[in-house]
Parts: sequence; C-alpha cells; structure tokens
Amino acid sequence: MKKLLNNWFVQALLFLMALGLTAYVSQVINDVLPPYVLIIGLFIGINLIMALGLNLITGVTGQLSLGHAAFMSIGAYSSAIATVNFHVPFLLGVLIGGLVAGLFGLIIGFPTLRLTGDYLAIATLGFAEIVRVQFTNMKITNGAIGFLGIQGSTTFPIVMTIAVLTIFAMVWLEDSRNGRAMLAIREDEVASSAVGINTTLYKIQAFAIGAFCAGVGGALFAHTTTFIQPTDFGFLKSVDILSIVVLGGLGSIPGTIIGAIVLTAAPEALRSLSNYRMMVYGLLLIVIMIFRPYGLLGGVNLRQAVRRAIMLPKKKQTGRGA
Amino acid sequence: MNIMQQLVNGLALGSIYALIALGYTMVYGIIGMINFAYGEIYMFGAYAGLTLALSNYVNVYVALFGAMIITMVLGVVIERIAYKPLRRSSRLSALISAIGVSIFLSSLMVRLKGPNTRGFPKLFENRIFAIGDFQITFYQIVIIGVAALLMLGLHLFVTYSKTGRAMRACAQDQDAAKLMGVNIDRVVSITFAIGSGLAGAAGVLSGIYFNAVQPYMGLLAGLKAFAAAVLGGIGSIPGAMIGGLVIGLTEIMGITFNLSEYKDAFAFAILILVLMFKPSGILGRKANKKV
Repeated sequence: MKKLLNNWFVQALLFLMALGLTAYVSQVINDVLPPYVLIIGLFIGINLIMALGLNLITGVTGQLSLGHAAFMSIGAYSSAIATVNFHVPFLLGVLIGGLVAGLFGLIIGFPTLRLTGDYLAIATLGFAEIVRVQFTNMKITNGAIGFLGIQGSTTFPIVMTIAVLTIFAMVWLEDSRNGRAMLAIREDEVASSAVGINTTLYKIQAFAIGAFCAGVGGALFAHTTTFIQPTDFGFLKSVDILSIVVLGGLGSIPGTIIGAIVLTAAPEALRSLSNYRMMVYGLLLIVIMIFRPYGLLGGVNLRQAVRRAIMLPKKKQTGRGA
Repeated sequence: MNIMQQLVNGLALGSIYALIALGYTMVYGIIGMINFAYGEIYMFGAYAGLTLALSNYVNVYVALFGAMIITMVLGVVIERIAYKPLRRSSRLSALISAIGVSIFLSSLMVRLKGPNTRGFPKLFENRIFAIGDFQITFYQIVIIGVAALLMLGLHLFVTYSKTGRAMRACAQDQDAAKLMGVNIDRVVSITFAIGSGLAGAAGVLSGIYFNAVQPYMGLLAGLKAFAAAVLGGIGSIPGAMIGGLVIGLTEIMGITFNLSEYKDAFAFAILILVLMFKPSGILGRKANKKV
C-alpha cells in the first residue's frame, strides 16, 4: 500500500481525483449554502492560499516575514489592471497576479534575504509600507480613492479548487529535495550551509513561491470584493495572515488549514458581540499564544496522524520560528 | 522656508519618535523581544493626557506627568499578563501576543472614546518666537525641551543608578546577571515601565503638537519609531535617540521637497537601506553568531 502510494503515477491520479472531487463538491455546496456562509467560505479559502505561502516562508524555511500583504496587494492590483484595463480572462488574470507578485518576491528577496531573523522581519515590514504608499500615489491604481469596477468573477468552487491545488503543491514541495533543504535552513542555517546547501538560493525560492501564493490570493480577493484600495493591504493584513500561520502551528499544513478556518470565521462568529469583537479577537490571540505557544496544532499528534494518512515520512516536530 | 526652520520642525517631530523608539530599544536590548504594542501605549498616553487636560483644566505638566504614570502602570500590567508567560517560548509567539495586545488596546479605545479624531485643548499659549527669518513656536520648545529632559534623565538613570546597572547587566548577559543576584523579573518590569512612560509622554506631546488624537494613531507612529530604533542600532539607547531624530528630519525634509505624499515611506526606505548596508544600525554592536 505504502509503495503504491509513493508511485508518482498513483499520486498524480489521486491528486486529479481530489481536485475533481473538490470542484464537484464545492459546486454542490455552492448551490446549497446561503450566500453569507459562502462568502465566509470563500475568504477562508483565500486566506488559506495566502497563509500556505507564508507558511512556506516562515513556518518551513524559518524566515519571519511581516510584509505578506504587500505581495497580496501587488497580486490584487496587477490582476485587476489585467482584467479591467486589458480585458484578460479572469483565471489568466489571477495567474498574472501571482506571477507579478512572485517576480517582486524574487526582486525583494535578493537583497533582503541576506538579513536574518528580526532584521528580515523589519525589512519586509518596511517594504510593505513602501508598496502601500506607492499604490496610494500611482495613477493607474487610482491612488487612495481605490480601484473600482473589477468583475466579481471569483466563485466558491474556483477558490476551493485553487486552495486544494495549493495544499497539494505545498505537501509535495515539503517532501522534495528543495523542501528538505528549506527545513534544514530553519533548523540551523549555519549547519545547513556547512553541508553544502545553497541557503540564499532556497530562501529566495521559498520567498518567491510564498509571494506567488499571496499574489494569487490577492487576485482572488480583488475579484471578490470588486473594489480595492491601498488601506486594504496595510500592516494589519500581514498580521492577519501571520496569525493564521502561527496560530495553526508553524510549518504545519493541517495547522494552517485550521488556523485559516478559525481566524477567518472568528470575527464573523463574534459578530453578535459587534462592538467588542476586535477586543475579543485581540484577547484570543494573547490567550492562544499563552496556552499554546507553538500554535493550535503545534506538537499535537493529529499532525502526524494526517501525515501518516497521506503516507509521508514523519518529520521532526518543531514549533521554533525565526 | 529656510533649512534652519525645517531643522527645528524635524527636531520636534524626531523627539517624539525618539521617545517611543527608546521603549522599543530598551526592551529589545534586555529580553530580545519586539514589543509591537508600544504604538498603542503611545496612543493611550495621548488619550490619558487628553482626559486629564479636559478635567478641571490641569496644568500641562500635570497632564504629562499623569499620563506617564498611567502608561507606566499599563506597560507593567501588559508585560505581566501577556509577555511574561511567553518569555521562554519562541520569539514569534511573543510577537503575536504583542500584536494581540495592540489590537486589543486600539479597539478598547474605540469603545471608550469613539473612533473619531479629537482635538487637544489649548493648555498654554502657543507664541511664535522669530529671530529674523527663523521661527520657533513655544510648542516646539516645550516638546524638544521635555524630550531632552526625559532622555537626559534616562541616561543618568541607566548610567548611575543601581537599577540602571542591573539593566545593563541583563542586556549583556542575562544568565550571568541572574547569578550575580539581579532580579530579572523586576528589571524587565522596570524596563517596561520606563519605556511605556516615555511612550506616554510622547503621546501627550504629539497630541499637543498636532492637535489630533485618534485610536489608530499608534500603528504608524509605532512602526516609524521602531524603524528609528533599528536605524540607530537596536538595543542601543543613544542610538534610538539619534535614529528618532534622523527619521523625523528626513520626513520633514521630504515634505520640504514636495514629496509629502511619500512621507510615510521615507522612514522605511531609510530603514531598508540601513539594513542592507549596516544591519547593526548606526550605533549597534555587531552580534557575532555562535555556532
């Protein structure tokens, strides 16, 4: 059984089946559930895609990034410009959003990834602020007023299918040679460069892929809300995505999924408390960190159980970050 | 618009950033943690000063002092509740907890005082002193003067008092300091109290200077002050002062050269340049990585 599952052909087949099943099931759900719930589901999917990207950077490779919203905004704006100004089809626009964000990830990655730990976090934060100010002052993005008239093309099945695609890609990536190199960098950068891993190369790779995911998420976001403005992508947005990754358990894909569900649904569930919900949200972050500093699924056997279920080799459990 | 004039404006703005940056740098120096909630403590200080100033027309210095006391208590309470249990866990957990505190405080203030921007009552006459072309307002004199006094006080405290010596010992080597009988918890609490008090003072000063207090004012100011702390060399107290002044001056210079739309980006552009070419900052010591 295990041997069979390690066969690439079987894996590809399973992958296609899972993808088809997701598309079908989400289509069925789409017709059944009320729009309000669907919108929440949609945002869970979008946040999940972006959080998986950040999980690769921060959770797997151990590079703390506080500027993920910048890549999201680059993806959102470039896809919106592509579909509105150049009449590109929606899905191609999403791809363009991802690619442009990934390209920026590469460009930004080269100089900044020589920094480590907190310094990198600060540099990414600074970069995100600069991007936000730049978008506020650009003509083509309509500045601070915001970009209007984007088609609301994003649907629940599309988001879910892309989310599942991202999950598969991340699982594969983590299990590949590159993924193991990234994990090694998180565990000990000096030691991994001593055994011949080109640490800068893999860090930039992780950064670019993570930025790509954020760009795709941003593009989907833009085509959901149909209106974007630079303040949508401020520091707090980066924090939202980072909280998903940290809360779920750094480096854990099931953790990220749970984090995305909990943190996207929490403000909605707290809506009955209306005026107090952000206060409760803040308290929630503190309390979870105090009682589960490695995230909800950090150090929980569920993760290994999930890994075993999909027949991946067990990896060393760590909750250590940057 | 002569250059001296801008220098004074930049100095006033920079003093405010420097006061907040001191809190960041002191806490980072001692427990290696970025306390993102300082921006919100600064905001709280501004509101505390505003409330005091509105009640019975207290003197501006009383309002300033009262706000500092309130934020000091707030800082210690935050440290005890949200950070102390996380001192031994990863940096990221502490960071997320700090972000939780910051979201909590700003939404609490929205609940208490509403989301609107509020003006500051006129606590004293804002006279303008002119020497030829060069003008300085009384507000600017007060801000620069108060900031300078506080920084001088901090410098004397850290250099000459017993607690100050304990703080420096903790920053150098926490374990060794513990072995020498330094009560780490007490030192960390005092550090938080001082940093928060300075941030509170900065809040009142900026409330007076800009005549605007708002629940979300802490975020950007905090980020810029943090940039200032890194620019000066995080962990270094004189570095934070220099960094704050540099950030304030660049921002004002940017406005002078008609780039005011980009003024929020300057601090971060400088930050990235500094990080790329001298990551330890202007006065920071280079940390040697031990294998």
